[in-house]
Amino acid sequence: MISRSPTISIPWLLAGPGALFFAGLVLLPLALTLILSFHAYDHSTGIQNTFTLSHYIAVVTDDYYLEIFWRTLRIAALTTLLCAVIGVPEAYILSRMKDPWRSVFLLVIIGPLLVSVVVRTFGWSMLLGSQGLVNQALQLFGFPSVRILYTETAIVIALVHVMLPFMVIPVWTALQKLDPMVEAAAWTLGASHFTALRRVVMPQVTLGMLSGSLIVFGLSASAFAVPALLGGRRLKMAATLVYDEYLQELNWPLGATIAIIVLVANLCIMLAYNRMVEARARRTLG
Amino acid sequence: MHKNGPIALLFHILVLTFVLAPLVIICLVAFTPENTLSLPTNGLSLRWFKAVFAHPDFMASFWNSIWLATFSATLAVAFAVPAGLAISRYTFPGRDFLNALFLSPLIIPHLVLGVAFLRLFALIGATGSFSWLVATHTIIVTPYVLRLVLAALSGLDRSAEQAARTLGASEWTAFRRVTAPMILPGITGGWLLAFINSFDELTMSIFVTSPSTVTLPVRMYMYATESIDPMMAAVSALMIAITAAAMLVLDRAFGLDRILVGQR
Repeated sequence: MISRSPTISIPWLLAGPGALFFAGLVLLPLALTLILSFHAYDHSTGIQNTFTLSHYIAVVTDDYYLEIFWRTLRIAALTTLLCAVIGVPEAYILSRMKDPWRSVFLLVIIGPLLVSVVVRTFGWSMLLGSQGLVNQALQLFGFPSVRILYTETAIVIALVHVMLPFMVIPVWTALQKLDPMVEAAAWTLGASHFTALRRVVMPQVTLGMLSGSLIVFGLSASAFAVPALLGGRRLKMAATLVYDEYLQELNWPLGATIAIIVLVANLCIMLAYNRMVEARARRTLG
Repeated sequence: MHKNGPIALLFHILVLTFVLAPLVIICLVAFTPENTLSLPTNGLSLRWFKAVFAHPDFMASFWNSIWLATFSATLAVAFAVPAGLAISRYTFPGRDFLNALFLSPLIIPHLVLGVAFLRLFALIGATGSFSWLVATHTIIVTPYVLRLVLAALSGLDRSAEQAARTLGASEWTAFRRVTAPMILPGITGGWLLAFINSFDELTMSIFVTSPSTVTLPVRMYMYATESIDPMMAAVSALMIAITAAAMLVLDRAFGLDRILVGQR
């Protein structure tokens, strides 16, 4: 790159190789996938060189796909709600602990983030199976055994397990910024514990919770391993549908269409989040 | 500090049980002497661990994943350190775009990246190549390194560097002798985090691996969909052990909470 001032050329020299690498392996493949989603497809001859909107029309009109999208949204929303209900109080409890315990338990809660999703999903398939520990416990207490594996319940349970750290981390970060003395000050000034929680702690936690919710929702909606291993053949979500279209049906243009829809939905969520954070920052800065 | 009440502690114990249950059951079942997935009620046995080490496919995939993670984490550092310097030290046109480009793999679902790579590789005839697999993993793990490098650079006291420059060190010498040692913890932490993320990756890899480049998570996924025997539990227990070891190293050296929490 030729430039007159060194302040332009040095950063581009530093970041240039990486930028080229990323442009070639992120932007280019995404553009190719977008183009692919408009290619016509024939079951006997494969990808055609004519362009069509038929895949998009098929996906938004066919009940089969709509049901899968609806299930994906439902499961992702339920997972997000449960992660908030479990993760927010847990982060608050953690933040009130004293130090060796606080660090140890924080590690226990967020550490599983580093264990492969395949491993964690496999663990749940053993716990939730017809002879699994959960059913054995139910029988021990005289309840009839229930079918959990290969139901939406199993998918939601495992997704909550996988996503919980993504909720705890932002809420924890938000709580770290809160001086515990402020809550104590509210009590001293006559506020009940509940009022202090609602008026002092909650506003601080809300932004962390929203941030966590968006991450959890986005990741759940595009999750692959959990629905693939715990949903069985019948219960498909968006990601397992794309996988089947690509590697079983070999209808790449249709798979690309669904992948593009998943991507656009994800980017919209992230954009909405950035807007929200900015608006909030503007409000607090006055 | 205010204490948690009994209800809070009960809730905490339930959450811990929920978080640990699937990991604990894997580690128990891995030691079963039986032929089926069952808790080891009749003594412990190492037979399924032996079975894993004697299984050529699992071993090939394991080494594949180790090399893949090593190469991609190293490449990610090679891209992220100069990029981090450029982004944090200079203002230049395109800076925000570069930052967004380097961090974009974090917000693009791995599923979408997987099909996008598959399309590119099909067009250029690169399907099944190990080098291209390394390239895809480098894309996925670079943002983790970059975030830690950016955090390390922004938390840096620049006066030491300026002192070196004033005393006649060249920009390169100042970087090598002053800045680099100070951001080394961030780089090392980033490398390990990148290694673990590459080692664990399933969703993207499943689209771009070929029979000769199958990674361990993909092998485990394929194995889990075909057969149910305690070998899967033994492999999973080994993965948990490796991850726990890496976690301990990360935690001792840098504080895992700092690396995982402080990254956003």
